[in-house]
Amino acid sequence: MSNKEVALSEAETGSRLVLSRIEVDGGMRRRLLDLGFVPGNEVEVIQRSPLGDPTAFRVSNTTIALRREESSRIFGEPEGEELA
Amino acid sequence: MNTYTVALAGNPNTGKSTLFNSLTGMRQHTGNWAGKTVLTAEGDCVRGGTRFRLVDLPGTYSLYSNSADEEAARDYIIFENPDCAIVVLDATSLERNLNLALQVLEMTSRVVVCINLIDEAEKLGIRIDLQTFRQRLGVPVVAISARHNRGVDALMELVEQVASGQLAPHPTVLTYGDEIEHKIGELEPLVRSALGTRYPTRWVALRLLDGDEGLLASLKKRLHDRAMPQSGKEGEIRYERTACH
Repeated sequence: MSNKEVALSEAETGSRLVLSRIEVDGGMRRRLLDLGFVPGNEVEVIQRSPLGDPTAFRVSNTTIALRREESSRIFGEPEGEELA
Repeated sequence: MNTYTVALAGNPNTGKSTLFNSLTGMRQHTGNWAGKTVLTAEGDCVRGGTRFRLVDLPGTYSLYSNSADEEAARDYIIFENPDCAIVVLDATSLERNLNLALQVLEMTSRVVVCINLIDEAEKLGIRIDLQTFRQRLGVPVVAISARHNRGVDALMELVEQVASGQLAPHPTVLTYGDEIEHKIGELEPLVRSALGTRYPTRWVALRLLDGDEGLLASLKKRLHDRAMPQSGKEGEIRYERTACH
């Protein structure tokens, strides 16, 4: 949809994104939705672990760590950059 | 004495078990649903001439991710059909907690929503508009502090009213857009003819659209057990409570 869209795995540490797409299926998709990874919701990239994976994200007031396997399939638009 | 079965559902760390313990005191035991390593607790509580058999379901964020805990909680609500379900929410984290509340409201109308940890929320300056909450959800909502035994009487009064049928809540129906609603409309008559009205038809249709194999397997097993009475007992044993000391 938007060319500004990035995967969570590629987002800068400290940045905030508004989620646009979750390209994960099955039980893991359901789990991610339950944890608050819902299109329209805001996610903050908190911290990468020393080896780069997993990464901690802040969503719905809770910190969740995701591996690249999932975070590379969740997309959002960095905040402050989208056109009003 | 009237006895009502009441299930307690809620996210982990909502003080669900604190509420359970304060209601049941020492009159409880832990049990295990056979075939699943899910521990649960049951206990009795007598209030004003009514006995409540409380079942503390596993704390979960959802009922649909197919972990053993979630399946056990979901199956209990659907198949054991408690007289009332209390959904315990953490007042300081409502956005996250409401996910489970909405899931339960789709399964049964006999629900009381219980916002626990209200004292913690007040400390954080969080104010909750209970009247709007009730209107938006369509079920009774009460704010409590289980730890300080605040609001618990009001909660149990509502539970009794819902369990006895004196109060019949009408949970707000979530709608899912034209395409999904159209498919629900197609599926509902089929679900009703296959299962009757024993289970919430719309909910079953939604689960089928979601491709919920786990639920389908549970339903098939139950239909099979009903069709073959000699094996019906097996189905019951599966859910029988085992005391463990």
